[in-house]
Amino acid sequence: MISSDRFSLSMRLFHWGMAALVLSMLAAGLLMVTSLQPWQLTLLTIHKAFGVVAILLVTARLINRLRHKLPALPHDLADWQKTVAKVSHWLLYFLLFAMPVSGYLMQYFAGRPIDIFGLLRLPAALQVDIHLYALFRELHSLLALALIGMIALHVGAAMHHHFVRKDDVLKSML
Amino acid sequence: MSIFNMKTLYLALLLVPAFSSSADTAPKVSAQQFVNLQQGDTVFAGFRRAHAKGICISGEFHANGQLAAYSKASLFKAGITPFTGRLSIAGSNPTAPDLKSPVRSMALSFASSRTEQWRLAMNTPPVMAVADPHSFYQQILAIKAGPAAIQQFFAEHPESKEFRAWAAQYQPTGSYAAETYHSINAFYLVNATGEQQAVRWAMRPTIAVTAGALDGNDALQTEIANRIAGGPVVFDWVFTLAEPADDENNPTKAWPDNRRQITAGQLVLTSTTAQLEGNCHAINFDPLVLPSGVAASRDPILRARSAAYAESYRRRAKEQLQGALEGSNND
Repeated sequence: MISSDRFSLSMRLFHWGMAALVLSMLAAGLLMVTSLQPWQLTLLTIHKAFGVVAILLVTARLINRLRHKLPALPHDLADWQKTVAKVSHWLLYFLLFAMPVSGYLMQYFAGRPIDIFGLLRLPAALQVDIHLYALFRELHSLLALALIGMIALHVGAAMHHHFVRKDDVLKSML
Repeated sequence: MSIFNMKTLYLALLLVPAFSSSADTAPKVSAQQFVNLQQGDTVFAGFRRAHAKGICISGEFHANGQLAAYSKASLFKAGITPFTGRLSIAGSNPTAPDLKSPVRSMALSFASSRTEQWRLAMNTPPVMAVADPHSFYQQILAIKAGPAAIQQFFAEHPESKEFRAWAAQYQPTGSYAAETYHSINAFYLVNATGEQQAVRWAMRPTIAVTAGALDGNDALQTEIANRIAGGPVVFDWVFTLAEPADDENNPTKAWPDNRRQITAGQLVLTSTTAQLEGNCHAINFDPLVLPSGVAASRDPILRARSAAYAESYRRRAKEQLQGALEGSNND
């Protein structure tokens, strides 16, 4: 069976669109937990609303991925590298789901309904549970650090393929 | 496209402070620095970093419907909404003597529905001494440094004039039930047609209690628990409506006395519980948790409160979770 040499257009759009969204969300998250500036509340509100956008996008993206054939990894890539590539991609998908879910749950247990662009509100617990809030608040931070680490590994691997191995792995996503 | 838009947005947000007004002369501080200063050198694990000592209250708000034309928030329609709340004193020590604190507070949480919740945090002073969180940080530093430092701070901050005038005449009463609690910061009421009205509000007592008879470390808590055990304590919830000449974004300036006031109803306190046994201990009374029909002004102090409250809440929540996991009694 012959694989195409590039990811489908829909997969590339999902990849780069979500790359922009995820980097913006991580930057916003890191800024808004420290800043006392008047725009902090605006950024916080945007971050929560885009978290809902993110989980919808990653769900659509996963469905799209399962329906498409992926370009094969280079034949001369070591088996352990192929394994690392596959595991890291599924870990990235896991984190893309876990980030908005943990973010929502920390808000839920703190009793803070989420306003989505003034259109609708996501429900929150009527009775605050501070232990579950603490659990998901700390998880949200740890998952964010894990995601930053995975993105660094992902970008590093893409650079390694392109500049060191000089294969077509990066080009297949362009 | 998406990258460009988001980056433009965040760059625009980042540039806002660079162009803001002269109020930002104090060095910029982070939420972490602010909470570090509030908690001081001694951490009381599991407790709030500010207003650590308090007592849980609960009761009902009886709305008369007079504010319903100004806000679509459901609790302003004539009727009854229950609340959980907290009466507290300023300071980071949960065992501090009640009568030593210069500020008393009332916090409320209305969980009207799963999608509409409202937290209120109100204090006895009607205005702030300063207009931005970075100057407020310097003010707390000065308070901690002693009377000479705070006098010098006030001299360097003429905007503290109204706060000083209030502090000079303020006489603490003999009960949490007899204080007036102010929103301090302004908010907007938004009605069903989208019209906005800037407001401040106060919980006004319906009884007077002189300070004379109080005694003991927990004087205010004992007094209010006994009083409510004997019958409900009632406050009038009074809104003051701004006029175009009033600056809703400056918490150091009160609005003139002749501004229209509307009493939205009565707050009826029907029970008290020690905070470690009550529902209020778990709640973050972040005044930026707002229902539809109430919105935040651009007051820089108000806008700083979410991040600071969140940092305090995160620290104590983590300590409470650790305490629960270790089976100790931190919470």
